[in-house]
Amino acid sequence: MHKLSLDEVRAIADLARLTLSEDEVARYAAQLSQILSYFQALQAVDTSDVPPIASVLLAATEDALRADGAPVALSPAEAVANAPQAENNQFKVSAVLDE
Amino acid sequence: MTDYKTIPTPRKEACMSALTDLSLTEALAKLESREVSSLELTQAHLQQIERYDPQVQAYLTVSADLALEQARAADAARARGESAPLLGAPLAIKDVLSTKGIETTCASKILKGYVPVFNATAVQRLLDAGMVMLGKLNMDEFAMGSSTENSGFFLTRNPWNLDYVPGGSSGGSGAAVAARMALGALGSDTGGSIRLPGSFCNLAALKPSYGRVSRYGLIAYGSSLDQTGPMTRTVEDCARILQVIAGHDPLDSTSSKAPVPNYLDAMRQGVQGLRVGLPKQYFGEGLQREVREAVMQAVEELEAMGASVQDVDLPYSDYALAVYYIIATSEASANLARYDGIRFGLRVEKGDMIATYKATRGAGFGDEVKRRIMLGTYALSAGYYDAWYGKAQAVRTLIKRDFERAFEQVDVLAAAVSPTTAFKFGENSADPLQMYLADILTVPANLAGVCGMSVPCGFDDAGLPIGLQLLAPPMREDTLLRAAYAYEQAHDWHARKPALVS
Repeated sequence: MHKLSLDEVRAIADLARLTLSEDEVARYAAQLSQILSYFQALQAVDTSDVPPIASVLLAATEDALRADGAPVALSPAEAVANAPQAENNQFKVSAVLDE
Repeated sequence: MTDYKTIPTPRKEACMSALTDLSLTEALAKLESREVSSLELTQAHLQQIERYDPQVQAYLTVSADLALEQARAADAARARGESAPLLGAPLAIKDVLSTKGIETTCASKILKGYVPVFNATAVQRLLDAGMVMLGKLNMDEFAMGSSTENSGFFLTRNPWNLDYVPGGSSGGSGAAVAARMALGALGSDTGGSIRLPGSFCNLAALKPSYGRVSRYGLIAYGSSLDQTGPMTRTVEDCARILQVIAGHDPLDSTSSKAPVPNYLDAMRQGVQGLRVGLPKQYFGEGLQREVREAVMQAVEELEAMGASVQDVDLPYSDYALAVYYIIATSEASANLARYDGIRFGLRVEKGDMIATYKATRGAGFGDEVKRRIMLGTYALSAGYYDAWYGKAQAVRTLIKRDFERAFEQVDVLAAAVSPTTAFKFGENSADPLQMYLADILTVPANLAGVCGMSVPCGFDDAGLPIGLQLLAPPMREDTLLRAAYAYEQAHDWHARKPALVS
């Protein structure tokens, strides 16, 4: 059994920028432990000579480069159209630096 | 001159239902011959939605005004002598695809109110081909789920039996097409999300090879796995939509430049000499009796039509589910980092910036999405990366090699889509791992990048549809369609209709 502690779950939630209730922490600890235990079977596979792949595409088969020009982009007004808070066509955020 | 008032009007309901029962192919023929207008066809579908969607709940948004406007424009274009592959055909779109000017939520509260300023390429291509867009379809939140119970808004019911799930994550697409509330729909498939609801709802449903269809504007879940594809009531309808959406897109660097064959021609080639493989590992314990029988029966019939059948070995299949859930959730944890309350969607203000991110994400994401973000974050975190993510990527190589070896021996693989037919609401939702097991036969195709399809091949004792899964090598959608079409021509499974809409 691969067991995650409540503190480990809180630490993961912090990395993932998620506020969790204490109920959620307890539930996820149990569920993630169960899921990871099932996934543990992978550790038995010998992959010592096997290269990992991040994508099924073979880099050599597809040339994805384009000419280095400015593509058609969104206007500033379009870019901020869905922002919860915007001002002067800019995204509005809280201060990130102290006085 | 005919006095139209003397022509008896057929019973309106019967007439409308006949229009929504047409396949996409039949409807296009009637549009072409002017036997029916796009406006009539569109109105019939909007009425079908009004009548049945309160029960089925497939649509998140019905864009009726836009649809009627597009239908009138399609009729006008046809009157001017113009034509296009889907001119005037009412279709619907899974809410994972960006639609300019139409709310796109991915069935998540965190994107409530988000109105894209651009179209996904697949959507744009359908619009350019003359589609009438009926609306946006429900799904599991961010395409994470196998039953559509994870929608942030409401669940969708299976038109074949309203007590059962339609499958997921493209459950709205499956249910809408099965209930004749659209001639066809787009879904997306990261680990089975087109094929599973296709199977549960009795549809022809095709997951293209990775790179065959542009992912531009497809809201990302697992970027190395996601593909957009068609869900329709016939194989030919599937081929028609795929023909329009397939092909290279400069806006997606992972989209393939391989030429797109003529799928309608390829489809009619027959299965004489086609080599069909049965992956041993896909017929193990836990396969529902009726599912096994229906799939084996279908394979025997392909053989009777001239295909040859042999067993093949995919030795790393048992590891696919673990590999999939590690890779997909790792990619998801990175992709979903963008939902931070700054550029779009929900924002829950809470002290400093980091606190705002956390509060926004904690409030906006549903249970399964949080679970997957947590799982992926864990698999990618320092100290665990090599053991989980790195290991999964290496085993992914082995799974891909399994398919490469199998496709040296056969042209197409045949199996079930899911070990069981549709399940009841709540049956798997309390146990996430149990729910993941519904994907055990579909996730390998996404990991290997091959194409796959579900085709109706029977019903279980409870009257729920069974899907035959076909898998073919990368960029060989033509082979899938060829096998599927030959099988479909010998059967009427696909033509059966849920009692709800009969």
